[in-house]
Amino acid sequence: MKKSRFKWSNLYLILVFCFLYIPIFYLMFYAFNAGSTMNKFTGFSLAHFGELFADTRLIIILLNTFILAFLSALIATLIGTFGALFIYYVKQNRSKTLLLSLNNILMVSPDVIIGASFLILFTTLGTAVGSLNLGFITVLLSHIAFSIPIVVLMVLPKMQEMNDSMVDAARDLGASNFQVLKDIVLPVLSPGIIAGYFMAFTYSLDDFAVTFFVTGNGFTTLAVEIYSRARRGVSLEINALSTLVFLMALILVIGYYYISQDTGKNNSKGGGVK
Amino acid sequence: MRRLQALLLGIVAIILLLTGGAWFLNQSDGAKGSKIINMYNWGDYIDPKLITKFEKQTGYKINYETFDSNEAMLTKIKQGGTSYDLAVPSDYMIQKMKKAHLLKPLDQSKLPNLKYISKDFLDQPFDRHNRYSVPYFWGTLGVVYNDKYYQASDVNSWNKLWNPKFKGQIMFVDGAREFMGIGLASLGYSLNSKNDAQLNQAYNKLKSLTFNAKAIVSDEIKMYMENEESKVAVTYSGEASEMLSENSHLHYVVPNGGTNLWFDNIVIPKTSKNTKGAYAFINFMLDPKNAAQNAEYIGYATPNKKALAYLPKSITNDRQFYPSQKQMAQMEVYEDLGQKYIEKYNDLYLELKMYRR
Amino acid sequence: MKKYNTLFAIPYFIWLVLFVIAPVILIFGYSFLDSQGHFTLANYATYFASGKYLMMTFNSVWYAFLITLVTLIVSYPTAYFLTKLKHRDLWLLLIILPTWINMLLKAYAFIGIFGLHGSINHFLQFFGLAPHQFLFTDVGFMVVAMYIQLPFMIIPIFNGLEELDNSLIRASRDLGANAWQTFTKVIFPLSLEGVKSGVQAVFIPSLSFFMITRLIGGNRVITLGTAIEEHFLVTQNWGMGSTIGVVLIIAMFIVMALTSERKKGGKR
Repeated sequence: MKKSRFKWSNLYLILVFCFLYIPIFYLMFYAFNAGSTMNKFTGFSLAHFGELFADTRLIIILLNTFILAFLSALIATLIGTFGALFIYYVKQNRSKTLLLSLNNILMVSPDVIIGASFLILFTTLGTAVGSLNLGFITVLLSHIAFSIPIVVLMVLPKMQEMNDSMVDAARDLGASNFQVLKDIVLPVLSPGIIAGYFMAFTYSLDDFAVTFFVTGNGFTTLAVEIYSRARRGVSLEINALSTLVFLMALILVIGYYYISQDTGKNNSKGGGVK
Repeated sequence: MRRLQALLLGIVAIILLLTGGAWFLNQSDGAKGSKIINMYNWGDYIDPKLITKFEKQTGYKINYETFDSNEAMLTKIKQGGTSYDLAVPSDYMIQKMKKAHLLKPLDQSKLPNLKYISKDFLDQPFDRHNRYSVPYFWGTLGVVYNDKYYQASDVNSWNKLWNPKFKGQIMFVDGAREFMGIGLASLGYSLNSKNDAQLNQAYNKLKSLTFNAKAIVSDEIKMYMENEESKVAVTYSGEASEMLSENSHLHYVVPNGGTNLWFDNIVIPKTSKNTKGAYAFINFMLDPKNAAQNAEYIGYATPNKKALAYLPKSITNDRQFYPSQKQMAQMEVYEDLGQKYIEKYNDLYLELKMYRR
Repeated sequence: MKKYNTLFAIPYFIWLVLFVIAPVILIFGYSFLDSQGHFTLANYATYFASGKYLMMTFNSVWYAFLITLVTLIVSYPTAYFLTKLKHRDLWLLLIILPTWINMLLKAYAFIGIFGLHGSINHFLQFFGLAPHQFLFTDVGFMVVAMYIQLPFMIIPIFNGLEELDNSLIRASRDLGANAWQTFTKVIFPLSLEGVKSGVQAVFIPSLSFFMITRLIGGNRVITLGTAIEEHFLVTQNWGMGSTIGVVLIIAMFIVMALTSERKKGGKR
């Protein structure tokens, strides 16, 4: 009986994964279209990949987009994790709710409002300091800014599971702050931190409106480029690009997983700390 | 903990690798300080081969950046922090930018190739004597229909869109000026009307048109018409020309009784730091051969009279995309309405959108 | 620990002040300005007096609620079954992966799939069913909205369920609880924190959707996101746009305050 229930759950998961991946495969399929739209498949061709490789500008934009996403997510995760630690230790329920609400403001605000207010913020700061050029730095700061709340939201629930008495015990045994953090707190939080990182990464890749407002000469991301192409129709070159990005991401994800599996095993043999 | 460390190392390694790659590509691309021209344009709105050609001819480097709406572009240029040398706004936006003192006046003696532009497209109400702008592309607002279901006589005047047989079938381009404009034009009023009585009359008339709407979308109309999701759509000629090239059942009609004539012009924003380069580029784009090449790549109508000779006859003789003098006399260019009436148009439009349900 | 914490939380506070509090003050200030830059209360008057904006607010809340509900219903079992898998971390990453492809492109893919002559209708034709209109319907809109939000719901719930002590479940079963009782009395309450973060991560952004409402919904439903986009980008009346922003922020504060009260009551 147990076995048959197991099968049902697998079927459900297969359906969910199909749902998630069908649009992606649809896009990838049309990347190989000889025609120029996603309406009719007129024949197999690699022409769009050729266009893509000849387009240095687009490739630079792609690299910029990923540098931005990896870096902003990293910094946002660092800041957000410590922010979550702090919020957790706030004793008063009222102040905790207030802090969490402040934390969530950037999540309720529509992108257009965030983008416009950040633009005003940067240009006022710019006039105060002298001159400030919009560009990579302002975009990076904005992406870090709007990714922090999601990291906090991912890490906080893990905090609830942390055993406070264990922290106290460690302190009684003379563990330093750093040791407590490294050996007790972070291991418990690590699933939350990793989830937070990936969510922040996703937010950064997805964002169009905020980036548009705060970028300047010489720096564009893929999302801005794709949206501004909409008036003339997004060419299949972008599908080809997405296909490559998807395949690379897939390889990276699987590679990362097996590497982390290995280190995980070594770890459990050595120390027993998860 | 180990997992975190492994992840951290991996991320740092990837960032370094990507940065290296971007640096290498930038180097080989040859970006040099003072010879850079920053251009702000719609996405994919120029033949990239022309940029390469210009760079080779003059040694300038074009930094091509993109926006997706006139208003978004305005906000960026107004707020500062950027230094665009060239931008391509539409008609009413030029007027607005001019009023806000965001544009540099053009020195026409530095633009000898301006003589190739047809007189019909110069000295427009939004920019008298072309003091600030040079025409880039132009077009009209009209109706695209699929000949499997309808014919030109079904849609050749705005009033015919109210025909009950279109119930839930028409796609409209998402814009207050466009939708209100249909009502105003069908009543014989100006598209730039600032008369409250006329606007209310148009609003009341449009209420019943909302029942014929299948959807109100923007750039996606192209896709929806090509894959025959929709049978009729109100859209711009530029978009229409692209649909027609993808689906041979589609046709474009400019309804009788007046419609919008639109322009995308090149301007030099106040923030420009390389005006010399900007003039060189405008002049380069005004060259008939280059203009023809660009028009062929983009598919929109070029205002360059001399360039028409380099384009296929089948394109330039098409009265729907290159209308006759008589047709053009009926058309109207959008003017900047001023804040009060922009809001009025948009409020009425928003209510019409909500009325539909 | 606490002192140490405060030190490391400094960047977080700098962020709060610079990127949260400063913009909020700015938006709040703007909401009292008319388009000429003079002080006015007219924006709030317009918001609360005209049925238009209240209707939009209602629409937004209603659709955000439906999207959250549907997403939760699909996500919870997914997250639960995922925790039972062998390579669960890998599968979780594969849930996130589709979000790395640009949303506009995925929306275009849905247009192709849902269209009258699209893949689904092609498939239906095999069974002799007439072409069915999916685009510009509530169903089509909800499916795509759910598609976008799924990962943001699955991940927090997965996180909440992952650490669930298996011994607790076994104990519950040993004490004679059936599967349903174990679920409602043990598993679900323990995963509630995750569900809460998931709901926050989905409901709140759903209030201000605008691109999907146009692309897939054909502007059939007008939400606050549409109005905000219009005021910020088309009419450039940032005052009115900010007013709606302020309303959204206040609504969020109320929701947060309510949920925290309830939690307190439940625990004690």
